[in-house]
Amino acid sequence: MTMNSTAEAPLLAIDVQGLSKSFGRMIALRKVDFQLAYGEGLALFGHNGAGKSTLIRTLSTLVRPDDGIVRIAGFDCNKQAAQVRNVIGYVGHQSLLYEDLTPRENLRFYAKMYGLPDANDLVERSLVEIGASTYANRRVRVLSNGMQKRVAIARALLHRPRVLLLDEPESGLDQSGLKLLDSVVAAVKQGGASVVMATHSIELGLALAERAIVLTDGRVSLACATSDTNVEAIQKVVLAERGAKDD
Amino acid sequence: MISYLRSAFTVYAKDMRLEARTKETFSAIYAFAVIIAFVFGFAFDPNPSVIALVGPGIVWVAYVFTGILGMNRTFAVERDRGTLEGLLLAPVSREAIYAGKFASTATIMLVVEVLLYPIFLLLFELNLFNIWFVLVTVTATVGFASVGTLFSAIAAHTRAREVLLPLLFLPIVLPIIIGAVASTSAALSGEGWDGVGKWLQFIIAFDLVFLVLSSWAFDFVVEE
Amino acid sequence: MGIAGLSIRQGLIGLAALLFLTDLYLILQYAPTASEALGLQVQRIFYFHVPSALLGMIAFAVAALASIVYLAKRARKWDNIAWASAEVGTLFFTVAIGTGAIWAKPVWQTWWVWDVNGTLTFMLWLVFISYLIVRSYAPTVERGSRWAAVVAIFGAAAVPFVYMAADWWEGLHTERITGPGAGGSMEGEMFLTLMFSLVTFLVLFIALVAERAAQRGIEESIEEIRREVSA
Repeated sequence: MTMNSTAEAPLLAIDVQGLSKSFGRMIALRKVDFQLAYGEGLALFGHNGAGKSTLIRTLSTLVRPDDGIVRIAGFDCNKQAAQVRNVIGYVGHQSLLYEDLTPRENLRFYAKMYGLPDANDLVERSLVEIGASTYANRRVRVLSNGMQKRVAIARALLHRPRVLLLDEPESGLDQSGLKLLDSVVAAVKQGGASVVMATHSIELGLALAERAIVLTDGRVSLACATSDTNVEAIQKVVLAERGAKDD
Repeated sequence: MISYLRSAFTVYAKDMRLEARTKETFSAIYAFAVIIAFVFGFAFDPNPSVIALVGPGIVWVAYVFTGILGMNRTFAVERDRGTLEGLLLAPVSREAIYAGKFASTATIMLVVEVLLYPIFLLLFELNLFNIWFVLVTVTATVGFASVGTLFSAIAAHTRAREVLLPLLFLPIVLPIIIGAVASTSAALSGEGWDGVGKWLQFIIAFDLVFLVLSSWAFDFVVEE
Repeated sequence: MGIAGLSIRQGLIGLAALLFLTDLYLILQYAPTASEALGLQVQRIFYFHVPSALLGMIAFAVAALASIVYLAKRARKWDNIAWASAEVGTLFFTVAIGTGAIWAKPVWQTWWVWDVNGTLTFMLWLVFISYLIVRSYAPTVERGSRWAAVVAIFGAAAVPFVYMAADWWEGLHTERITGPGAGGSMEGEMFLTLMFSLVTFLVLFIALVAERAAQRGIEESIEEIRREVSA
């Protein structure tokens, strides 16, 4: 067990300090700071290219930070990446599902990859939870986007992560899908886990999260509680003039 | 160690299940191999003296280029359909992912290579049903798959993967190609251990070195 | 090696130029004409061929070692050295292959001899080229550096195997052609010229790599400053 530098660290679901990341000449994130407690939801807003996806991907360990500290459930993303992966669930733009396998086969595969005991029972329960029992035996390829998204969410929650990362989860979801997302996020938070959601839908973000951050050109331009703000205010910040352009 | 083997096997089993269901990779590369064999049939006059001379070369050129096609698919499909991230997000060591991928690539290549024996017999009267040749095939394929799987992970992330994989791969596996052709020659002329033995040991040594090296390098290659 | 190293680098280039001119004199005037079997005047190209090939191999070793350090430390300096070494090494190998062909054709009636050294040179040349190409296809520069480093390390690891395989293959197939690698005793003046050429090419190698690596370092410093300014 590593000793944490501050007494608080284990109490925070996410602790980000001075996070910076560049891809060659393009600076994606500049000295981003924020913290998130367990059971809380964070909505991430920003224009296209502001760094929302990069931030989510850094939290998921897919991207390595150039600078700064990123700690999830007390684990350092750089040095303890494997432990971080155990406690996060990620739903991105792509479903991460094998199209020629069925939802059941996909979930069983991931259950084994996460080393979960009683994988088969777990998978069955999961399928019921997301309402996918009717199409659990059809190849993912023939399912609609909404159905695939549901299975993708199930995949991310299989191992009961402490932090759920969502990158534009509203895309491709119909009304019932959005209701499912709503109940999933609520259930996750109730279970003591946290949710970070990057989204273009300001209404959705404000509805599902307690905290909000707006990224502009890789920098945090606004951080507040969702109860203190509204759609118009956030919109104004998102649409505000961009900062000095990089080449 | 146990979790390493378990994870590697999970990846391997998933690949085998997918392949058994779709037969995508297998059918594409088997068809390609048969076509290559046919082209060689027209390019060379397949009389016994010519075949004795160039037979081993033809076989391994066919195997290598077919293999390149197959190895490219290993990571190309994972990457294009986004599932590679799913693998990388799992709390599974990179070495285990590599091991599973290597195993499934090698398996598919071996199946295709063995299924080509009757084709070579038919077209060139080249009898490959020879224990020494089988040993050479297995060891050389392990070597190809070890390096090829790794470079496939590189090529899959680029626009020009069909060109990049052979460029990266061929100079490195040149020793196995030389070894495979030489020992095939020896094996088919009935030399047994005397002719084949030292090459077999050589190829196995290469396999061990490059399996370890590829497993180690995989993490550096897939890191974003 | 930044701007501070400028005077050292200028000194190296000056030295290399001086040595090269002296070397030309030695090769063209001082060294005796070779026997008919070795090609008479054409043989003088040997003094370019051998050092180029040797320095190419040294360049490869440098690139591979620098690549290992780069992967361990992730400091740009090591990648710049490896990259510069690869570029200069490719140049040297190209010269080696070209001069080898020019020498071989009139003397042995063939453009290329597949002996051990030839095969090794050709293979390493290909690895260098793939090293350079892989960078241009990478999604980011940093990833390209990592991929290239892996390629260099793999190439180095394959060298002993290529050497052995090519050696056994040669034993099986051709009678030993006393090719460009021919040993035997060398007259004093030839030996001296060869040694001097080696030193010249070595200094040239170091000068070129230092210059190229420094150039990259400066480019990166500019990028760094740009980033600070726009932050």
